[in-house]
Amino acid sequence: MCRIGAIKSRNYIHPSRALLLMQSQQKGHDNSGFAMVMHDLGGIFKPYKHLPTLSLACTNEGVRIAEDMLHAAGFQRVMQWMPETDLRPGLDINAMPNYIFQTYDYPKFYKKEDRQTKEDLLLDMRLKLRRALEMDDQGYVYSFWPDVVTLKEIGDPKDIGTYFKLWEPNDRFTARVITAQCRQNTNYDIVRYAAHPFFLQGYTALANGENTFYLKNVELQRKLHRGYIGFESDSQCFLYSLHYVHRQLGWPLSYYKHVITPLPFEEIETREDRTSLLAIRQSMAHLEINGPNTIIGVLPDNTLFTCCDTKKLRPVVVGRDADTVVISSEVCGINEILPERNWEKDIYPHERETVIIDNQLEVHRWRQ
Amino acid sequence: METVKVQDITANDLPWVIRYDASRCTLCGSCVAACSFRAIEFKVERRRMVFSEGDLPEPKQRFSAVPVIRQVSNLKQYCRGCGICTKVCPNDAIEAVRNPDTRHPIVIRCVAGDSIKRGGRKNLEAGTRTLDKLRIGRISQMTDPSLDAQRHTFDLLAPFGRIMPPGKLPFRIGADGKLEPEGQAPPVRWIYPVVIGDMSIGALSWRMWEAVAMATAYLNEECGLPVRMCSGEGGVPVRLLKSKYLKYLILQIASGHFGWNRIVKAMPDMIEDPAGVLIKIGQGAKPGDGGLLMAQKVAEHIQAIRGVPKADLLSPPNHQGLYSIEESVQKMFLSFNAAFKFRVPVAIKVAASATSVSVFNNLVRDPYNIVGGFFLDGIDGGTGAAHEVSLDHTGHPIVSKLRDCYLAAVSQGRQGQIPLWAAGGLGRAGDLAADAFKMIALGANGVFTGKLILQMAGCIGNEMGRCNACNTGLCPVGITTQEPRLVHRLDPEKAAQNIVNYFLAMDQELKKLMAPIGNSSLPVGRADALVATDRGVAERLQIQYVC
Repeated sequence: MCRIGAIKSRNYIHPSRALLLMQSQQKGHDNSGFAMVMHDLGGIFKPYKHLPTLSLACTNEGVRIAEDMLHAAGFQRVMQWMPETDLRPGLDINAMPNYIFQTYDYPKFYKKEDRQTKEDLLLDMRLKLRRALEMDDQGYVYSFWPDVVTLKEIGDPKDIGTYFKLWEPNDRFTARVITAQCRQNTNYDIVRYAAHPFFLQGYTALANGENTFYLKNVELQRKLHRGYIGFESDSQCFLYSLHYVHRQLGWPLSYYKHVITPLPFEEIETREDRTSLLAIRQSMAHLEINGPNTIIGVLPDNTLFTCCDTKKLRPVVVGRDADTVVISSEVCGINEILPERNWEKDIYPHERETVIIDNQLEVHRWRQ
Repeated sequence: METVKVQDITANDLPWVIRYDASRCTLCGSCVAACSFRAIEFKVERRRMVFSEGDLPEPKQRFSAVPVIRQVSNLKQYCRGCGICTKVCPNDAIEAVRNPDTRHPIVIRCVAGDSIKRGGRKNLEAGTRTLDKLRIGRISQMTDPSLDAQRHTFDLLAPFGRIMPPGKLPFRIGADGKLEPEGQAPPVRWIYPVVIGDMSIGALSWRMWEAVAMATAYLNEECGLPVRMCSGEGGVPVRLLKSKYLKYLILQIASGHFGWNRIVKAMPDMIEDPAGVLIKIGQGAKPGDGGLLMAQKVAEHIQAIRGVPKADLLSPPNHQGLYSIEESVQKMFLSFNAAFKFRVPVAIKVAASATSVSVFNNLVRDPYNIVGGFFLDGIDGGTGAAHEVSLDHTGHPIVSKLRDCYLAAVSQGRQGQIPLWAAGGLGRAGDLAADAFKMIALGANGVFTGKLILQMAGCIGNEMGRCNACNTGLCPVGITTQEPRLVHRLDPEKAAQNIVNYFLAMDQELKKLMAPIGNSSLPVGRADALVATDRGVAERLQIQYVC
């Protein structure tokens, strides 16, 4: 069982907080990797919130391929940051030669396009880069999106933190929302893309569990959207369903829970909104999940949420103080970074609940 | 000494021979009275006994006339091996034994100059079935917990009706941020994943049909299982059409349109909608052949319900008004949808065939969204009457064809839009739950079964050639006959009780299969839950091979 965590704060926070959150839960996972997605960026990325940032791990040749392709597509680089790395011997990390975060301006002929067109362009560009770099294992493109950076690596999370000097807080590399997970995929092959959190067009999802309807989800999702690819992990399905329900169908977030864990038929019958709930259940039967799962998600507007499977078979807890809300698989993680909070107000979401943290840091509890 | 011609039919030419022990027989006559085929009769044998009474051999003889039971050696009244004689014999003095040297398939053709007709299921390849080479092999352990079949709740329901893709659902977002229905969507009913297959009120005795209807009502009203039964082609008693129980009944229309005159006339008086309409195009047991009700079964009440005289009732192989799939969708589906004002789902039943995927694809792409289910019937299905050559040699097994249809839908991203229902020999080994579950994991939304329902009620026919005389109107257990003397052998309440109990057992067993794979909803298309012990089967069905 892996552990997942997320922090959302009024202030910009450094990834060292996420490492700390996950470290106390390390006995629950095999310490085989570290991955995080940062939304609502501060520090050096703050002036470029409206421009897409590329998160890339690659070889020297990979850098060349990616830059050439972006250049050819008309993107102009406005900023680049490469994390300083600690090359001391003995670190347990299976590092790529280069980690690059580059912010680009849109191609000139796209500048007046609407948001939708630009978002489609960013997705298509990322998919193109991914395909090009997949050949000869030249690199991994985790995200190409405004105000978002992603880092994923194989190894001991502690050592990965040391390698990227993430244990030393600073105000250059920060964000208001950070989601993190400390394990590589155990069910399938270990590949960098398979590590949670997963990202697509502003949406992030990570999960602790086992989606036993993986095959059903995959078989349908493959045909739903060109961005639904990879499927290196059964948990990618949670992201794609979130993206489909919220972005493609344009439905409110509350329906995500109805899609992935629909109410029993008996209960639907007693509801006022039974017509829509039944229609959802039958039309989206192949997006339903089964098995034990806890999901944490982030929306493009940086709303953070969590929900569980229908039988509440995996843990999750939400704790907060005045400035920060933390979602964590285990309460010990929250104790580590919010030791002074009132723990009596911690929320242990139940199987019918979606807990949402909005940008005012208000915590909403929706009952399905 | 009697003259014997070698062409004469003797017991040894027949499929079953009677073993009779005169020393145990009390000559009560029960067996002769009970044999609906008149395949045994009384006879008086002339016996000679040679004996000697003194110390030295002084042979004397005595003649006596001994009454005995003997087999009738006649191609009209031959033993079908039903075993009713054994059942009624107080002394175990008589039994039918399968005759491996039978010449029946040859001599009956030679003598009658007509094709052999019979009921039951296919008699060939009665060995290992494909489904027996599949196991539920993906057990939840460690990474995810198994569920508890007794403690957890499970949703064992399947859709019947056309399901819209999410992007086409008629919804708008209301002021309160909730989805509000806007316009009409096709009707969908969520029903138990095992439908009682289509067996007509002519093929079944009135008591049997009543037993099935009673069991269905009981399962719904007392057990909470929304089981539906299909009427079969041949109409429905008017009293039922006008009752509240109509809602549990799927009305069938087949190429003979039998019984629809009365159904249509009863429509203004219906207080409930039927559960659905099933357009029967073909049947797995005799694909390409229409229904067949022999004149001997067309009793008075059947004549009344169907509006026909006493005669062989043959449904044509095709619906005469249809000549293409597109046209059938437009004409037939639209008519039946319209007949019940688009409130009742309309589905189609076809025989599995090498062309099933093409048919399915055509329906899946139906632009009117009026095809509410694809019932696919495989070669191992049963029938009340068919030509034996059709039964044994035509058709297509269900398992791979169902899988093909499901994967065809998957390749178009349209899985689930037309619910897939499969049948054809499911439950042949007695455990329908396992067969149904495996078919569901391969992509079926549910299954339907007919022959097994009869077996629950007391049918003693099997695939080893036992009985299978449904066509004769002489069913020894009163199930497929209209002969009052025979029908009264069937206790409809006991038959209904058996069906109810079987469904309750099956419901438990389905949960016992869902729990270990950790699923609380039916695992439709979860082929990853299955493994195959046969490499060919694994490859064909695209599942994991294990050894």
